[in-house]
Amino acid sequence: MGQKEETTRHEDHLDGSSWGRRDFMKVCTMAAAAMGLPSWAAEKMAETAAGPKKPSVVWLHFQECTGCTESLLRTSHPDVANLILDLISLDYCETLFAAAGYQAEDVLKDIMAKNAGKYVLIVEGAIPTKDNGIFCKIAGKTAVDMVNEVADKAGAIIAIGSCASWGGIPSADPNPTGAQGAPQVLKGKTVVTLPGCPANPYNLLGVVLQYATFGSLPALDDKARPLFAYTRVIHEDCPRRPHFDAGRFVGKFGDEGHKLGYCLYKTGCKGPVTHANCSLLPFGEVPGAWPIGIGHPCVGCTEQAVGFRIPISTTVEISHATPPDTYAPMHAEHSNIGPVAAGVAGLVGGALIGAGLMASKKIGEGAKEKEE
Amino acid sequence: MSTHTKPQPLGGPLWTPAFKVLAAIVGVSVLLMIWRFIAGLGATTGLSDGYPWGIWIAFDVVTGTALGCGGYAMAFLVYIFNKGDYHPLMRPAVLTSALGYTMAALAINIDVGRTPYIYKIPVFPAWWNLNSVLLEVALCVMAYVAILWLELSPAFFETWEQAGSHPALKKIAGVLHPIVKKLMIPILAVGVLLPTMHQTSLGALMLLAGQKVHGLWQTPFAPLLFLISCVAMGYGVVAMESTLATSVFKRPRETRLLARMAVVPAWLVVVYLILRLGDIVLRGRMGLAFHANIQAFMFWVEMALFIGGAAMLFSPKFKDTAKGQFQASMAVVLAGAVYRMDTYLVAYNPGKNWAYFPAVPELLITVGVVALEIMAYLYIVKRYPILGGVAAAPNVRGAE
Repeated sequence: MGQKEETTRHEDHLDGSSWGRRDFMKVCTMAAAAMGLPSWAAEKMAETAAGPKKPSVVWLHFQECTGCTESLLRTSHPDVANLILDLISLDYCETLFAAAGYQAEDVLKDIMAKNAGKYVLIVEGAIPTKDNGIFCKIAGKTAVDMVNEVADKAGAIIAIGSCASWGGIPSADPNPTGAQGAPQVLKGKTVVTLPGCPANPYNLLGVVLQYATFGSLPALDDKARPLFAYTRVIHEDCPRRPHFDAGRFVGKFGDEGHKLGYCLYKTGCKGPVTHANCSLLPFGEVPGAWPIGIGHPCVGCTEQAVGFRIPISTTVEISHATPPDTYAPMHAEHSNIGPVAAGVAGLVGGALIGAGLMASKKIGEGAKEKEE
Repeated sequence: MSTHTKPQPLGGPLWTPAFKVLAAIVGVSVLLMIWRFIAGLGATTGLSDGYPWGIWIAFDVVTGTALGCGGYAMAFLVYIFNKGDYHPLMRPAVLTSALGYTMAALAINIDVGRTPYIYKIPVFPAWWNLNSVLLEVALCVMAYVAILWLELSPAFFETWEQAGSHPALKKIAGVLHPIVKKLMIPILAVGVLLPTMHQTSLGALMLLAGQKVHGLWQTPFAPLLFLISCVAMGYGVVAMESTLATSVFKRPRETRLLARMAVVPAWLVVVYLILRLGDIVLRGRMGLAFHANIQAFMFWVEMALFIGGAAMLFSPKFKDTAKGQFQASMAVVLAGAVYRMDTYLVAYNPGKNWAYFPAVPELLITVGVVALEIMAYLYIVKRYPILGGVAAAPNVRGAE
């Protein structure tokens, strides 16, 4: 219904009219809400983004398809112009640059000098490491050297997409270029990873705006993925989950179950093992615009162990398909192994093994005398 | 049978220092058992709604009955394949089985806690749920305990018939011994059938647990794997018992007999491993064995014990010496025991926020049950004709 309104507004932007507080609020509220931050955080984010000290962002491209950039540019809130001009200060980005050649190189040097320790480095694409990384060179520098150089002076480092997070498609077997993710190349540095093929733009905006506003990074899991986006698996929030629970499955593409929107597990859906918030935060704000939404099984693009490794049609094992018939407590009863219990168990186990060894020794001693 | 020396009671003093220590352990555990019946499971064990079965079931019952499969394994060899040579190993095997199963039954009673009503299971067939695996286990274990003691009963009757025993016992032996003698063949037949049934059921119990059981142990082959491994464990226990008893009681050894028998459990383990690993590989679950978790670790411990045990049983270096026989058998028995404990506890995950580790009273009760078993064994072999004079037996037929 708001489509027409929407369209006119975009045209307004193209005319060069500036962005209002309302628009900032909208984007920042979405980003903050995605991260589970309160509304005052959204306001603060909007103020930061509207103010003079917009987060300076350096965006590096390596072995990739530019899909992550494309998906970011396809969001309507914010649209491209608002994003790179108003919301953040996208100071270096090979895809969107007007500048080229030495001019572009100078810009990068300039940012690194002026904003040292403050700018946000976003890495998109895997980094080839085989044969000294000669497979990807920009301005005569290998990707490895370039990412190391820029990361050294960055305030925060974010790897967007599966390629930058853990290698993605370029690292798929047999991985001829020795492609690796940014965290593997930038050892010892905190690299926030946003795996996904592509990653959801709002997850990126959330992280960037939080860093710019509060100078902090969101809580991360053991793979440095923000918990707000990667805590749960697709299966847990899947709109087709009721079909799974009821045992209604798509047998093959185009069958009746497929037309009725049944669960895609049998066709190889990796939802049960894939951590991501695709179903909760639609790509480009179009509800249903994600694989499962359009009738394709999840391919597990965010997971290094799954994406581009396990064939699309292979089903993954589900460890707990049905709800338990017992009601677990909030915290496990008897979860503490008492020192006495552990001691007794150790003593019994030790005594058994000890007795066995002693016995076998004794048997050995006596054996010769009695044998013949 | 006539070629062997008749089994004889060992005699000797009963209240040795070791026996007194065992009695003290049993005493403590009996007090704890009483406490368990007064205070309940929550106060005395680590059990919860998520882990309703702990070591009493996983060790005392599931592992304990498998350790008690010596009688079953030997019955196969002696009665079904008619290898009379091995007959001297029969009575001790049946004794360990009878004790193992009796202690398992005791442990079930402690765990379930409804002892006064347990008689209703065999007595009221109208109430049976014929789809229940547990019913099958309950009936079979009860019946098999009775069968095992009947199989062993001639040892008691022979003693009671002798001059000088209590007149009442003499009378009982006089009446029952001929009946048991007549019924021995059906008793032996049922004695082979029952363990086949319930040992598979013990595997089926965890098959029913479905996805709560880790992928490396969850397989439709579980009942068959439980059966094969319990027979291998049975031979292992017989060999361990024989080498240990002959060593402790300074009796003639049965080394050659055991060396010939060693290939049987060895081949059983090979079959077990082919089925187990083949199933895991074909179902694409081998990857689970390479995760950094306790389940993968325990899987490799199991594999090491099974493969190591089988290799030792095949190797002449081990199987021809009493020491080697004991060690090889111990590896196989341990492998089967770890497999059972893993299936029931390590591989079992009822969901988040459930945890289990046995509590101290729980552990001590299990120790007490085992101690009671050893005491009963010592008492019976010293007072009743169980262990045979054997040294001559295998030599009668020469090397092969």
